[in-house]
Amino acid sequence: MEYKITPPMGLLAVNWAELWRFRDLFLTLAWRDISVRYKQAALGVLWALLQPISTMLIFTFIFNRMANIQSGDGTPYPIFFYTGMIIWQYYSNTLSNASNSMVANASLVQKVYFPRLIVPATAATTGLVDLAISSLVLIGLMAWYGFMPQFVGILILPVLLVVMILSALGVGLFMAALNIKYRDVRYALPFVIQILMYLTPVIYPVRMLDKWPLVKSLMVWLNPISAVITNARAGLLGQSSFDLPGLAIAGLMSCVMFIVGLYYFRNTERYFADIA
Amino acid sequence: MAKPIIEIEHLSKRYRIGAQREPYLSIRDTVVRRSEHLWNILRRKETVRHAQDDFWALKDISFSVQPGEAVGIIGRNGAGKSTLLKILSQITPPTDGSITMRGRVASLLEVGTGFHQELTGRENIFLNGTILGMTRAEIRKKFDEIVAFSEIGKFLDTPVKRYSSGMYVRLAFAVAAHLEPEILIVDEVLAVGDAGFQKKCLGKMGDVTKHGRTVLFVSHNMNAIQQLTQKCLYLESGQVQDFALTSKVVGEYLGATHREVKSAVVDLSDWQPRLGNNQAQILKLEILDVHDRPTTTLPMLGSVKFRLTCRFPKKCDASFGVFIHTSEEEPLLDLRNSDTTSTCQVYQGNVVVLATVTALSMYPGEYLVSPWIADFQCRKDLDWVQYCSRITILPPVFEDRILSLDPKWGRIYAESSWRITQ
Repeated sequence: MEYKITPPMGLLAVNWAELWRFRDLFLTLAWRDISVRYKQAALGVLWALLQPISTMLIFTFIFNRMANIQSGDGTPYPIFFYTGMIIWQYYSNTLSNASNSMVANASLVQKVYFPRLIVPATAATTGLVDLAISSLVLIGLMAWYGFMPQFVGILILPVLLVVMILSALGVGLFMAALNIKYRDVRYALPFVIQILMYLTPVIYPVRMLDKWPLVKSLMVWLNPISAVITNARAGLLGQSSFDLPGLAIAGLMSCVMFIVGLYYFRNTERYFADIA
Repeated sequence: MAKPIIEIEHLSKRYRIGAQREPYLSIRDTVVRRSEHLWNILRRKETVRHAQDDFWALKDISFSVQPGEAVGIIGRNGAGKSTLLKILSQITPPTDGSITMRGRVASLLEVGTGFHQELTGRENIFLNGTILGMTRAEIRKKFDEIVAFSEIGKFLDTPVKRYSSGMYVRLAFAVAAHLEPEILIVDEVLAVGDAGFQKKCLGKMGDVTKHGRTVLFVSHNMNAIQQLTQKCLYLESGQVQDFALTSKVVGEYLGATHREVKSAVVDLSDWQPRLGNNQAQILKLEILDVHDRPTTTLPMLGSVKFRLTCRFPKKCDASFGVFIHTSEEEPLLDLRNSDTTSTCQVYQGNVVVLATVTALSMYPGEYLVSPWIADFQCRKDLDWVQYCSRITILPPVFEDRILSLDPKWGRIYAESSWRITQ
């Protein structure tokens, strides 16, 4: 086997063959992140359940009882909120972890060669584990309220999952690359994510924005997660209708975000070891 | 001749410094700088792009390594050795030139890369092994060997944060020692653990070279370099000084780090650097043979005289000495006048000291000379000029026998008589 090391020129393509060769490392790093999270924590796995449940209780009290926001289609607010929330939590956690992943693993990046894409990619997988655990509670809630998912709803879940992962990774990769060069991204991001949550139909249904069509269309186009949440609610709870055009737009936007993030990351990764 | 396994052509690496006064940038700073730049352009002011913003860590490096060679890379701190290894490991890209690699590379730039404190020793073996490039199957196959080499024993399943630093380092090196790449790149990581473990590591590294693997080895330990490598690359300020047989290159490196003084008469009145509290000064050192002629070459088992001309501005008691070190700066001979007398003498003004050694027992080679003055009880140094001169010991000539004089086995000679009965 022969290869050359030369100064980087022009736009780099993603080396998929190399990523496949390093799959062992990807799995090992993902396993490391997951096991470290739950080691030496007295509550351990329980924490993945306590957090969403307590958030649901508090937010139901504040937004539903106090501020009187309703789901709009008869769904009980707790389960309405919970469905949206676990999806949002995956997105926001993946975004923060991915953005910070390169800096957190800076020592690794400076000492070992491996395709740098692996590092933010592992951030996406740990979120999936949390999502799986909090979905168990969702199933419990669905049984409690007596909801049965529509058949189409179950079919659409993989699509929603893919859109969610692609958009989280896309923005995460972009932020990860940006964060290495400009460290204030790390401080701005939590704030931005907070604001973004209020611009996503987690707490309220999309139809509440009907009075402000400009804001609504901005949300539909720029925030793929809103379509994911709306369609997840429709599919799993069966009370509202699907928003397939919105989902198509979301799918398109998440692909665009992913490609942009991927190529920006790929073309700045060469100098990470120098500036990390 | 086979194709070289590593071919480096006109490799250069530039870092931009100076522009970043902080260790990292923030968007705020970039915006401010860019607007300042723009403002300067609008006001027609000179925007100076400082040349000192560029630092060339490597300049036009070219050399080749054949398969199976063990090559050492030596040089002072800042010469560019680690940068070269980083580029070879593809951690940072070159600015110019190209490298052709014809084999699988594993880099050991740090011991314990990726070790996580919360994970157990067992888990860290898998983690570190995968990071270094082994597959999980490979690690499983070698797992018992690795554990045996590291001598961790029953602590295998405790979290690594409970390990002593020695255990940590032994485990890390044990994983690294079982890498089997075609090209192994090692950066100064052998200086870990106690002496026994270091010997084991050196042995393991030697095994790697015997199995036909190519090794690139950076170290400051000249003994390790000479033991493990056949050829050596000497880097200085980012450029290749020499690339030849190890013994030759190591000699050049050591020669360069000591000022070249071939003179038997050295004027030390303005010599720097020197140690001591300066209550006395050595003005001149002379190295003389048995006939009082200045010389730096002396026969083994011959005699030598060291004459120190000193000045004492104030009255004080003193003791005089000459230290002889090997060219690797290992101490060999400690000659002091306080060893020969117990009467304390007080001096003032100009003093001339003559030390005579009647039989030099050192093996042939080059040695460094350091004259020294201290207080009579040898507690404070008054003046000490390290390695200001060197002597070369020539092999003795005996009519009836030939001495072996191999520096691998001995450093000094002593007459011995042998009686063998059957």
